Amino acid sequence: MTEVAAAPVVPATTTRTLRRSRPSWVGWGFIGPFMIVFALVFLAPIAYSIYLSLFRKQLVGGNSFVGLENFTTALTDPKFWESFERVALFLVVQVPIMLGIALLVALALDSGRLYGRNFFRISIFLPYAVPAVVATLMWGFMYGTRFGLIGNINDAFGTSLPNPLSPDLVLASIGNIVTWEFVGYNMLIFYSALRVVPATLYEAAEIDGAGQWRVIRAIKLPAIRGALVIATIFSIIGSFQLFNEPSILKSLAPNAITTYFTPNLYAYSLSFSGQQYNYSATVAIIMGLITMVIAYVVQLRGMRKEA
Amino acid sequence: MTTTSPFRRAMRITAIAGALSLTLAACSGGSDDASSTPSDAGSSAAAGDLSGKLTVWAWEPTLKQVVTDFEAAHPDVTIDLVNAGTGNDQYTALQNAIAAGSGVPDVAQVEYYALPQFAIANSLTDLAPLGASDLDGTFTPGPWSSVKQGDGIYGLPMDSGPMALFYNKELFDKHKIEVPKTWDQYLEAARALHKADPKAYIANDTGDAGFTTSMIWQAGGKPYTVDGTNVGINFTDEGSTKFATLWQKLIDEKLLAPISSWSDEWYQGLGSGGIATLTIGAWMPANLESGVPDGSGKWAVAPMPQWTEGGTASSENGGSSLAIPAATTNAKLAYEFIKYADAGEGVQTRIDGGAFPATTAELNSDAFKSKEFPYFGGQKVNEVLAESAANVVEGWQYLPFQVYSNSIFNDTVGKAYVSGTTLTDGLAAWQKASIDYGNEQGFTVK
Repeated sequence: MTEVAAAPVVPATTTRTLRRSRPSWVGWGFIGPFMIVFALVFLAPIAYSIYLSLFRKQLVGGNSFVGLENFTTALTDPKFWESFERVALFLVVQVPIMLGIALLVALALDSGRLYGRNFFRISIFLPYAVPAVVATLMWGFMYGTRFGLIGNINDAFGTSLPNPLSPDLVLASIGNIVTWEFVGYNMLIFYSALRVVPATLYEAAEIDGAGQWRVIRAIKLPAIRGALVIATIFSIIGSFQLFNEPSILKSLAPNAITTYFTPNLYAYSLSFSGQQYNYSATVAIIMGLITMVIAYVVQLRGMRKEA
Repeated sequence: MTTTSPFRRAMRITAIAGALSLTLAACSGGSDDASSTPSDAGSSAAAGDLSGKLTVWAWEPTLKQVVTDFEAAHPDVTIDLVNAGTGNDQYTALQNAIAAGSGVPDVAQVEYYALPQFAIANSLTDLAPLGASDLDGTFTPGPWSSVKQGDGIYGLPMDSGPMALFYNKELFDKHKIEVPKTWDQYLEAARALHKADPKAYIANDTGDAGFTTSMIWQAGGKPYTVDGTNVGINFTDEGSTKFATLWQKLIDEKLLAPISSWSDEWYQGLGSGGIATLTIGAWMPANLESGVPDGSGKWAVAPMPQWTEGGTASSENGGSSLAIPAATTNAKLAYEFIKYADAGEGVQTRIDGGAFPATTAELNSDAFKSKEFPYFGGQKVNEVLAESAANVVEGWQYLPFQVYSNSIFNDTVGKAYVSGTTLTDGLAAWQKASIDYGNEQGFTVK
């Protein structure tokens, strides 16, 4: 295999002097189509959002340039910060639980001591294949205290379980849905990272007399640190972008989920019920920047530990 | 061969790219629909003797037949009837089309509460110069005053929703409870019913802006005062207080089923006897017949309970008009169509289809009033409803940004339904949030 792969490299190096003599646009030709689409569907909307965020359009008075006023408003907007704090809390509580379960399952699968491993793996992963909208609707019905699962349990056992969609519990209920949806996905990332750990390491560990826990701590966890960092970053982004679940549950719990429950829901409401497109763009930009910074910090820390 | 670093490297790159693309994608969210150039094409084209093409956005089911009839009467006219969503969904689409300056329909169904928002933005054609000013007296006072803004007329009333008390007669008879004539009796009935059957509630409510404003309207409250761009919002007047005091008792004593209207649970409750009454607009009979077939023969209609004994006051709940967006190039033909549908032959067509009209002639006709409804045990339901239409309290106004204001109702007043906040506090919070929004949008709001 290595022989075949190496073969085409040789002529490339021999013609390098020839190519260097004149500027080559061939490379641009290859990435051109991508760059055009990238600019159209990615850079242009961002530029337009930034442009929008510098204006304010009113029902009375029309459009006017306001500079960074939208940004100063957003940074002192209690609704924005309330929604931010909510997703931050969600991140701090839900993400460790979800990744912890995913890691546990991945290690259990990788240990090779599990009967029906393939069945177990596919059934854990299956919820990820259910669209978030359907999953949320399904859970929403189960959460029902009258005709839902909670209602049935209360009727059957004479208990009075609290309403999962009450203002105090609704965030935890959403966390439960998201955990259910994404444990399988994260498990798969961890599991595939574990599969590429060379068997020689395990053999060496066995010769040295290491037990299972020792192997997990000294070999498996360090080996999948990269995967852990990635899963964490994805989860951070996912938490900050929380939208589907609260948006759908809102029709079932209109008083528990406000129009500014999460930053994305806030941006959506501003845009679609308030016609505050400019302010909405501002909120989206600020949220994007915060997410980027936090994801980058996690990335840096993950890499430093690795080194 | 023994190192895993290429794998890690690849993952790291993927991670960075992933993080960037996802976060940056967030930046562009929710901004794609804005435009900075409001289109203000005047209504200019001359229609001649009725030929051309119209696009109509409406969700009202009986309009379909009206369109067919109109096309048959005027062979040179083609009408494209589009259901662009119900209520808010359609307004969002309409707002976006108007902002973008393309794809705006020639006629749009707009509910009364949403009409001022479009009128104030100059998005609608003033129908007075087209002949609507001659239609004074054609429509009942409630809807007619709803389509007028200052000197302009921005839509023709299509249907109306004078309120009435729809009640499950079987349930009331079973527990020997009298049908309430006043709101005090309503409270008593609520207590008696829930005591007799802990699974039955007098009504459902999880906080509904349209219902709340209609109730305050009937109580004589005038929380909104609108004069051009000068707007007043005040939920501490007598009418608002009356409503808040009564409803607070119902909430505190847990006499309201925590079920949202139009949900599956709601339809079940209406059929099974879990929800005993609905104080709602006159468009409800058709909805009961189609949505709650189990309730056939059980339900009846009574006038709205009163705040003072022997009173007759009522209010409007819902109802919509047909309006002509300012961006149309065919305003004359569009006006001919909406006149046909709302004040011409189309009215009877829609009544036959189950709609509740807004025209005085039809509301007062014997054929309309004496119609017996098998679903309601043969009751002449329209008698009660037409009576209500005539007794709507005058002088009510909606905000020029009611659509937005209603969207934040559950953020503020809704708290009263799920926590220790009182309705009065909730209304005060709603008032403040609406005032803030109005001022941000360039109105002078107090």
